[in-house]
Amino acid sequence: MTSKFYEKDKLLVFKISDEIDDHNVQKIRGKVDYEIERYMPKRIIFDFDSVSFMDSAGIGLMIGRYKFATMLGAKVEMINVQGNVKRIFEMSGILRLIPLVEDIRDIDDIKVS
Amino acid sequence: MKEKFENEMKLEFISKSSNEAFARVAVAAFAAQLDPTIEELADIKTAVSEAVTNSIIHGYEDKQGIIKIVCKLKENEIIIEISDTGKGIEDIEAAKEPLYTTKPNLERSGMGFTIMESFMDSMEIESIVGLGTKVTMSKKIKEKEEKTEDEFGILVND
Repeated sequence: MTSKFYEKDKLLVFKISDEIDDHNVQKIRGKVDYEIERYMPKRIIFDFDSVSFMDSAGIGLMIGRYKFATMLGAKVEMINVQGNVKRIFEMSGILRLIPLVEDIRDIDDIKVS
Repeated sequence: MKEKFENEMKLEFISKSSNEAFARVAVAAFAAQLDPTIEELADIKTAVSEAVTNSIIHGYEDKQGIIKIVCKLKENEIIIEISDTGKGIEDIEAAKEPLYTTKPNLERSGMGFTIMESFMDSMEIESIVGLGTKVTMSKKIKEKEEKTEDEFGILVND
């Protein structure tokens, strides 16, 4: 997983590249929360483009990060959510809390790479 | 006449969370013999991951135990049994409810059985408190269009 902070927009982007399961969420959670506390962003985007696998551990991970970020005053969104990952998020109802950014242009010409 | 295709494998491993990836990849590799689509393989991997995680987190909690997977291929169907000898499930109907979890403080979503049910064709839970739990799931792999060679040796749809 990599992250990038855009100072001007107070935007923190996480690009997750691990398989998201019960084993991996523990380390992802620690890194994400550390970066959020470090930068105190106003907006957080999770990029799922490089996620090759996710099970229900991903729901718990995102609900937990949503609660933590909201408490610190940040808005949370997701991008590049496809296939089974999207199906799992749809089933959980989590998209009502954490909306999908459908188009890369939504993030003000910021390239996520 | 085409012979009925059958195959079977068994897998045993200890209840470490690092084995979750091993288990789903191993089952997917075995299932590949039925020539599934990428989507069908992803469904199988997700369902196996959910069942194995349940055995580790809920069945054995912090103790170490053995998780057993039996996988059968029958014609175009895969049948997967995942069992543990952990603490068992007290209320199976409640456990199957979406969002039901006995461990909400650990960021568990309670969606495991719901995902297994919706990603596979069938899912059954047998559990005895104090003895363990067995989850049996099945999925039919859809037939692809058969390709045969025409007189010029070019693959065409049959």
